[in-house]
Amino acid sequence: MRAQISERTLRTDRWWLSPLLTVAGLGLISVYAAIRTFMNDYYWVSEYHYLTPMYSPCLSAECVPAASHFGQPLPELPGFLTPPIFIIPFLLGFRITCYYYRKAYYRAAWMSPPACAVAEPHKTYTGETKAPLIAQNLHRYFFYAASLLLLVNIYDAITAFVGEKGFGIGLGNIILLVNVGLLAAYTASCHSCRHIMGGKLKHFSKHPVRYWMWQKISKLNAKHMQLAWASLIFVCLTDLYIALVASGVIGDLRIVN
Amino acid sequence: MGYQGNFRVWRGDEDGGGLEDFTVEVNEGEVVLDVIHRLQATQAGDLAVRWNCKAGKCGSCSAEINGRPRLLCMTRMSTFTEGETITITPMRTFPIIRDLVTDVSFNYTKAREIPSFKPPKDLAPGEYRMQQIDVERSQEFRKCIECFLCQDTCHVIRDHEENKEAFAGPRFLMRVAELEMHPLDEGGRTVAAQETHGLGLCNITKCCSEVCPEHIKITDNALIPMKERVADRKYDPVVWLGNKIFRRQS
Ligand code: SF4
Ligand code: SF4
Ligand code: FES
Ligand code: FES
Repeated sequence: MRAQISERTLRTDRWWLSPLLTVAGLGLISVYAAIRTFMNDYYWVSEYHYLTPMYSPCLSAECVPAASHFGQPLPELPGFLTPPIFIIPFLLGFRITCYYYRKAYYRAAWMSPPACAVAEPHKTYTGETKAPLIAQNLHRYFFYAASLLLLVNIYDAITAFVGEKGFGIGLGNIILLVNVGLLAAYTASCHSCRHIMGGKLKHFSKHPVRYWMWQKISKLNAKHMQLAWASLIFVCLTDLYIALVASGVIGDLRIVN
Repeated sequence: MGYQGNFRVWRGDEDGGGLEDFTVEVNEGEVVLDVIHRLQATQAGDLAVRWNCKAGKCGSCSAEINGRPRLLCMTRMSTFTEGETITITPMRTFPIIRDLVTDVSFNYTKAREIPSFKPPKDLAPGEYRMQQIDVERSQEFRKCIECFLCQDTCHVIRDHEENKEAFAGPRFLMRVAELEMHPLDEGGRTVAAQETHGLGLCNITKCCSEVCPEHIKITDNALIPMKERVADRKYDPVVWLGNKIFRRQS
C-alpha cells in the first residue's frame, strides 16, 4: 500500500509552463510550415538564386525550373499537393522520431507525464513497446535521409553565391549559411549519430578515430535540445526571409554585388 | 537569523494518514533534514524518517519536498522563502511503512533480476586488463548512491503500479547499460534490456535525469544508448527481413 495522498501533485512551482510553451511553439511552427507548404509560391529568388530549405530539393515538374537543382524527375502534382510533399515525410519523420522531440511532445501534448512527479491522466501505459510508437526505433533511418537532405541544403547555400549577375553576397546568403550551420549541428548532435559514429563500440581504445568523433558528438549532443529549437526556428526565419524577398515585400540587403 | 517555518508533513502508515501542520524553528545554514530532526526532538517524538550520512552519499533520506523527489539532507532551507509552507511527503511509488519511511525492496528485487558481470572464460580474477577510456562510460553510472529517487519519479511505475512487474526502472536499466558497456563483460544484455527489463516502456521523458542527486545523465548516457543498441539488434528492418525469409531466431 502506498501512502494515501490524493493530490495529483504537490508541486508548487509553475510546472505547467514548460509544456505550455512547448505546445505553443510547436503549434505555431506547424501552422507556419503548413501555410508555406500549400502556398506553393515565393520559394525562389531568381535574381540571387536563393532557394528556401522548405522547397529543397524541388523535384516535381511544377517547380520553377531554375530552382530544381537536381532536375525534375517527378511529375506535376494533382490538386492541392505541392513539391515539399516529397521531402516533408523525411524531415518531419526525422523530427518526430528525434529523442528530444519525443520527450517534448510526450510531455507537452500527450501529458505522459506532463511534468516530473505530476500524475499523468492515462489509465494504462505501454510506452514505446507497441505499434505505432515502436516505430520510434527507426529514427536512425530518418537520420540518414535527413543527412542527405542536409547535403542538398549545403549545396543550395553555396550555389546561392552566384546569382543572375554573377558572384555576390547578400544578407540572404548569410542567412542560408547560418541555417545550414544550425541544421548540421542539430543533425550531428543526434543520438543515433552518436551511437553510429562510436557509441555502439565496446572498446574505444581499438578505434581511436571513432572515439574522437564520439567525444566531439557527445559534446554537441549535450546541447541537442537547444539545437533542435534553434535549427527549427531558424529554418522558418530563413524561409520567411526568402518568401519576403521573393514576393518583393522587401529587397535583399546586398553586401557585395 | 532563525525564524519559525511552516511545515506540512505526511504522517500515517498503510492504514491511512494525511498531512499534519507544524511550526518549527529554522536556523541559518540548515537543510530540511535538520528541521525534521528538530521536529522529532521537540514535537513529534515518534516521527519516522530514514537517514544516515547527512552528506548526500548514503541515499537513505529520499522523500518528496513540495512534490519534488529530493534528498532531505541535500535540500537547503535557503531555497525557500520564510513565509512558504513546505510540504514533506514520503516517496509515492513505494509502499509506505510509516510517516516518511517507505519500503524500497522493489528495487532490490529488480537488482537481483540482472545477471552479474560475466568476464571472458579464459581470464581469472586478477588478470583483467582494461584501458581507462574503455571503462569511463560505465564509471559515470557507478556514482549512483541508490537513493531510488529516479525510480520514484519515473512515471512508468509511479503512475502505473501494474508496470512494476515488467519494468526494472531507470536505476537498473542503467545497471544493464553499465555492464553492456563494460569492456570485459560478455553477458550480451541488449535483447534482455528490452524483453526482460522493460526498456521499451521508457519514453525518454528524462524525469530520472532531472531528479538524480548525483547528476548522472541517465537518459542520455544509459537509456538512449541502450535503445540504440536494441534498435541494432531488434528493429533493423534489414535484419528483420532476413529473419523472416530465413526463419532465423534473433
Ligand atoms: S526517461 Fe525513461 S526511465 Fe527515466 S523517468 Fe522517464 S520514462 Fe522513466
Ligand atoms: S541513478 Fe541517481 S537518482 Fe537513481 S538511484 Fe542512483 S543516485 Fe539515485
Ligand atoms: S535524437 Fe534528435 S535528431 Fe536524432
Ligand atoms: S542522509 Fe545520506 S543521503 Fe541524505
